[in-house]
Amino acid sequence: MTHFVSHVSAEEERRVRANDREYNEKFQYASNCIMTSKYNIITFLPVNLFEQFQEVANTYFLFLLILQLIPQISSLSWFTTIVPLALVLSITAVKDATDDYFRHKSDNQVNNRQSQVLIRGSLQNEKWMNVRVGDIIKLENNQFVAADLLLLSSSEPHGLCYIETAELDGETNMKVRQSVSVTSELGDPNNLASFDGEVVCEPPNNKLDRFCGTLYWRDKKYTLTNQNMLLRGCVLRNTEACYGLVIFAGPDTKLMQNSGRTKFKRTSIDRLMNTLVLWIFGFLVCMGVILAVGNAVWEREVGSLFQSYLPWDPPVDNFLFSAFLSFWSYVIILNTVVPISLYVSVEVIRLGHSYFINWDQQMFCSQCNTAAEARTTTLNEELGQVEYIFSDKTGTLTQNIMSFNKCSINGQTYGEVTDPLGPQPKRLDFTPFNPLADPDFCFYDDTLLESVKVGDLHTHEFFRLLSLCHTVMSEEKSEGELVYKAQSPDEGALVTAARNFGFVFRSRTPGTITTIEMGRPVTYTLLAILDFNNIRKRMSVIVRNPEGKIRLYCKGADTVLLERLHPCNHELMNITSDHLNEYAADGLRTLALAYRDLSEDEWEAWSASHRCADKATDCREDRLAAAYEQIEQDMMLLGATAIEDKLQEGVPETIAVLSLANIKIWVLTGDKQETAVNIGYSCKMLTDDMTEVFIISGHTVQSVRQELRSEHVSVLDDVWIEFALIINGHSLAHALEADMETEFVSTACACKAVICCRVTPLQKAQVVELIKKHKKAVTLAIGDGANDVSMIKSAHIGVGISGQEGIQAVLASDYSFSQFRFLQRLLLVHGRWSYLRMCRFLCYFFYKNFAFTMVHFWFGFFCGFSAQTVYDQYFITLYNIVYTSLPVLAMGIFDQDVPDQRSLEYPKLYEPGQLNLLFNKKEFFICIAQGIYTSVVLFFVPYAVLSDATQSNGVPLADYQTFAVTTATALVIVVSVQITLDTGFWTVINHVFVWGSLGSYFTIMFALHSQTLFRIFPNQFHFVGSAQSTLLQPVVWLTIALATAICIVPVLAFRFLKLDLKPQLSDTVRYTQLVRQKKRKPVGRSGRLGARGGSRRSGYAFAHQEGFGELITSGKNMRLSSLALATFASRHSSSWIDTLRRKKHTHAHTPPKHCKTCKICFPFLSLICCLTYFTSTPHFLFLHHIDVFYYNGLVELHLNARSQCFFLLFASQAFFGLPKAQIMLMYL
Amino acid sequence: MGKEKAKSGSLARRPDNSAFKQQRLPAWSPMLTANTVLPFFYFMSLICMLLGVWLLLTVQSTQEIKVDYTHAGECNVCFEIRKNMSNAGESCICTVEFSIEKPFKGDVFFYYGLQNFHQNLRRYMDSRDDAQMVGWKENLKNPSIYCEPFKKDQNGLPIAPCGAVANSIFNDSFTLTYIDSSGTEHKVPLLRRGITWYTDKNVKFRNPKVDNLTLAQVFEGTTKPLYWQKPVYELDPHQATNNGFINDDLIVWMREAAFPNFKKLYGILYRANKPFTKGLPAGNYKIEISYNFPVQYFRGRKQVVLTTLTWFGGQNHFLPIAYLVTSSLILLIAVVLTVVWLKFGKNGKNMEE
Repeated sequence: MTHFVSHVSAEEERRVRANDREYNEKFQYASNCIMTSKYNIITFLPVNLFEQFQEVANTYFLFLLILQLIPQISSLSWFTTIVPLALVLSITAVKDATDDYFRHKSDNQVNNRQSQVLIRGSLQNEKWMNVRVGDIIKLENNQFVAADLLLLSSSEPHGLCYIETAELDGETNMKVRQSVSVTSELGDPNNLASFDGEVVCEPPNNKLDRFCGTLYWRDKKYTLTNQNMLLRGCVLRNTEACYGLVIFAGPDTKLMQNSGRTKFKRTSIDRLMNTLVLWIFGFLVCMGVILAVGNAVWEREVGSLFQSYLPWDPPVDNFLFSAFLSFWSYVIILNTVVPISLYVSVEVIRLGHSYFINWDQQMFCSQCNTAAEARTTTLNEELGQVEYIFSDKTGTLTQNIMSFNKCSINGQTYGEVTDPLGPQPKRLDFTPFNPLADPDFCFYDDTLLESVKVGDLHTHEFFRLLSLCHTVMSEEKSEGELVYKAQSPDEGALVTAARNFGFVFRSRTPGTITTIEMGRPVTYTLLAILDFNNIRKRMSVIVRNPEGKIRLYCKGADTVLLERLHPCNHELMNITSDHLNEYAADGLRTLALAYRDLSEDEWEAWSASHRCADKATDCREDRLAAAYEQIEQDMMLLGATAIEDKLQEGVPETIAVLSLANIKIWVLTGDKQETAVNIGYSCKMLTDDMTEVFIISGHTVQSVRQELRSEHVSVLDDVWIEFALIINGHSLAHALEADMETEFVSTACACKAVICCRVTPLQKAQVVELIKKHKKAVTLAIGDGANDVSMIKSAHIGVGISGQEGIQAVLASDYSFSQFRFLQRLLLVHGRWSYLRMCRFLCYFFYKNFAFTMVHFWFGFFCGFSAQTVYDQYFITLYNIVYTSLPVLAMGIFDQDVPDQRSLEYPKLYEPGQLNLLFNKKEFFICIAQGIYTSVVLFFVPYAVLSDATQSNGVPLADYQTFAVTTATALVIVVSVQITLDTGFWTVINHVFVWGSLGSYFTIMFALHSQTLFRIFPNQFHFVGSAQSTLLQPVVWLTIALATAICIVPVLAFRFLKLDLKPQLSDTVRYTQLVRQKKRKPVGRSGRLGARGGSRRSGYAFAHQEGFGELITSGKNMRLSSLALATFASRHSSSWIDTLRRKKHTHAHTPPKHCKTCKICFPFLSLICCLTYFTSTPHFLFLHHIDVFYYNGLVELHLNARSQCFFLLFASQAFFGLPKAQIMLMYL
Repeated sequence: MGKEKAKSGSLARRPDNSAFKQQRLPAWSPMLTANTVLPFFYFMSLICMLLGVWLLLTVQSTQEIKVDYTHAGECNVCFEIRKNMSNAGESCICTVEFSIEKPFKGDVFFYYGLQNFHQNLRRYMDSRDDAQMVGWKENLKNPSIYCEPFKKDQNGLPIAPCGAVANSIFNDSFTLTYIDSSGTEHKVPLLRRGITWYTDKNVKFRNPKVDNLTLAQVFEGTTKPLYWQKPVYELDPHQATNNGFINDDLIVWMREAAFPNFKKLYGILYRANKPFTKGLPAGNYKIEISYNFPVQYFRGRKQVVLTTLTWFGGQNHFLPIAYLVTSSLILLIAVVLTVVWLKFGKNGKNMEE
């Protein structure tokens, strides 16, 4: 990428001449070879070391090492620093090397892909990396685009071709690209070989949706836009072949330009730690200065007199220079207040926590065979501090599976499960009644089936409507095996319901709909589709049945439909309304159904006006709407349907638990307001207890401001009432403006629930950023789709649901699992523990190092500030990496204050993390104070005792080595006792580590003080015999015992007092657990999780896009192709995958439970498989693949009008196998 | 993660259900409850109290006398002489008198003490070559660089033993005389052996081993430290085996003190003959001091310390007092905690929210 930077500065515009390598080579454009790896074998060591020394900590230790090599300064042997430093550097280097090895592998794989290049008039196979700018390459169906190409011609008419951009922007629907008309005629390779057009365009950039350039050919200019471009990373679909001119290659392609590094996330503890480390450095410098001043004074007053015994070192000529050297000497000695092992230990602990997340069986989803995965190992403790959760709706809260749940027909409601406490109702079996029934369809109320069987006219008409009034397309692979392709899962659910109740929608042509009604094939003539849109909130079809009767069938939101009924429906309308209320209260999506009989004359008249409106050039939309309005009148009510947008398992419970844990949950969805609110109710975010649900849907700045103000006032008025806020995408855009930001945040945060609907992916990220900016709270974003990527990346923690919408969200996320409900375990159990452990670890770590290091400070006052250490240099080297590392690591990895079930039972236990109570500056100072206190005791008690004591054989104990051993032993014992106090959860491992560390201390000490080592290296191991001589003295042990008692007693007393007077909830829970282990009684959890809402809501919950109506009637359909299935893999891929799975199941009898993603059997299966494969490799591998495959920007999911049109066109072509002639007609 | 061995189907990737991986290892979760903490405090207090009393009684049975002779009495003359470096060769002997009121019973230890002498300076402590003193011949002739500037003399001869520590050896010598009630002087016999650590004498300090050579020959080619009057192989004229690096006084000096005020063992009372079989009798004593070691440069002081020992060493009042004080503090804390616990304590139970 550095390569590219130099390019940009040089390149102002790009000139590319087709088929002219000599010409193009002048510009030295980047070749198509990509290199994402950082090192090769030769550069690895220098480059990697250089990178590692860019880390402040490493440089610091290197600096210390250099200081230690200066003999005048060196107060410690060089190995005290180099051993830990080398350890850290080599671990990191190994990690980086493995990482880069995989990058090399993937680079090679990509660079060696084959493509067909037109060289001297013939097509030749070339590796990707040999493709040059200006080459013309041929792409075939399902091939990856090798570089950014200008589309020249394609096998399809009009130079059209279809691409899938999933790798580029995460959208799985297809897009259409069209070549410039002059080049589209070039057809075959021979013509193309003589093509010598020249393209002048903008330099490489990362804007995926923009391209501007000009093609000069045969003295003419043609404007080029993004519509003419095929970008690297796309896959060619449904196009036999196409030719393109390479414009940008390799690192210049938009894909590579977008593969910015993923933002490195740091936890707040990290940041705090860095601040504290800086403070400690400050403290270190202060101590150094104090001691240096001391040294100056001492050298002047005493040292200068002592010179006959110890002259100054040659370079030192006065006490000031001596003080200067002594400053650096003390910096070396005292550097252990921030040992390098701190960073390593923190990483190890986090890694351990990540493994525990990966290993957690309770976060394993057996349906999809996925375990939870911590994809980054650096954020674990932040999981214990989350305050805001931003959740996507579709696929995250819901399964995106619609099921026909209830219906009301002619005033009679069906589908009610009679007794919730009674025996599990039997699922209806439709197969004997209807061979075409969908075996996966679930319905429990047999009265409806009875009603169909006895031939109730209303019921028949009801299902007939459902089987006719829709824009679903069907595919029949083999006889009786129907697959419905629905624009929205709602429609699919309704048509499937009709299918099972004997009204099977079988096939359609532009003019007809063929159904099988109660086993009898019927073909209706389709006269018109009055398509759905968001304003109309309804759709109708007008059909002529075989008997010749014309009837309009309409389904739509009850609010709009009920007011268009014939007055005679009044009574039925009331009953149905009641039913609708009930359904809505259950959180179901409701639709009302109605029909109207039309006479031939009425039809003719309306048809004429419709045609007229259709042909209108101005205000066509409005005119059509008016025409539709005109005929959708005086309808007869048939009934209502209720569809359940199936929530994921355990969603309401999870939300309830999380909100009890004081976590605010915001739902950010691209769905429309009604749907979002509906889900809000069904997952208990919104309840009827809420006094007011504000809806902000203003379109202008003023109106939004006004709405916000009024709410703000009422929120402030009464803090005890619960509010909810629902805001629309366009209002949000205004609310996010700088001047309204604060107002919005304060209002929104006062509300208990916030739902943002119809928001774009960019807005999702903006909302997250807003809270990050204003609240200083930890945010978590959870989502499953490509549209959630931006939000996942910008939140402190991103969680990806490995669900049905592909893998983009997971790739961008920090944690992934397959069920929303696992979030509570991730946060309340793992996050909480991680936070607790990390805090305890840090407290203890700082404590132990201050206790260890500050002893030198006190000793400075007795040794003429000469930077003499108190301990043996081996003890200094090993203290942090051997004697005290493992017990605290064990505590940091395994500690638990309360068992996991308790943290779920008492969500309040989560609060200390949010309030940052366990490790903050205050706690830090307490630790430091305790450490300093300990160091005082550890120095002065042995000093006072030993300075005058003698061994029992009269030899004084006040010699340096005895003192060193006594202090070191006392220190190791005191910190070990302290860790036993801090450890709350003693597993075998803790025991082994604590006792093992103590044991290792004595063993190693005796070994280092042994005669053998001394005989070999007399100058290195001059402590020979000290351990033995010292530790045999009772006075020494009495001293150690006294020091330990003085260090520990106050701590114990404080801990006890705190526990006794101000117990934390966790202490209480722990206590009750301890006292009443047998009869546990859960407390702290509210009885039933929220009451069911009962507000009346209406939801015509169709997809956001218009249906296929126009296309179907216009007959612009194309050939049926199984490939075309891919077009539907947009937002509603789940139902599609389900049907696919079903199909496969019946075919091959493969076990149904299998990784869903693996079932996607169209060519980008390879991509997904490849990615799924990578999920099992270590996380760091991923970072790279995110780089390559994912682009950093924000994905706009909503189709713009133009591409939507192409999309529909293509879809219908794919499904209705009409001859090409007809398509040509359409284009003409 | 999942080892895909026998497991198949939908549970292929299910994590193992081991207690370790599921964080359900059996564990002991101790808690600081009143039942454990309060008794512990009382118990600690009691233990400390008993130890304190015992130590106090033990310490009471020891005796100690310190005589500062820096410029006491006639030593003042010597002190003045030593002020001038040029008089270094000049010997000066002075006598200090003192009396003991109660007899010192049992073994009596004779120390010399120095105050304000910094054996614990970093460069001072480093300025020695243990390899030389363990008898490595290459280091004998070529001492470690750490010995600078006491590595070689002006003539380039290596110094043995090299370094600032050896160079500054304490070279006063003492003769203790008991004057009994009748005025008769008895020379107090002092054992000048066995005053070092066993490991020092037998492991850490060795003379270079050369067969059939005298010590003087072994040390040929080296020179004595700058401030020394005798070479290292002639330190003890009375005892041949006490010469070279294994000289007891040298070894004692080479064991650097941790603090600027220290005492070092000089000798132990030899109790074979009367009147010293039971220790030092009460009465008057005088010490004849060969006053060589100059302390006036660094404002130091010199002492002679006589003391008896118990099982845990010499007279040491700090330890028993510290134990007694600690004991009473713990008791105080324990009482306060008990009161707080009884009066205000929530005891966990009533904190449930």
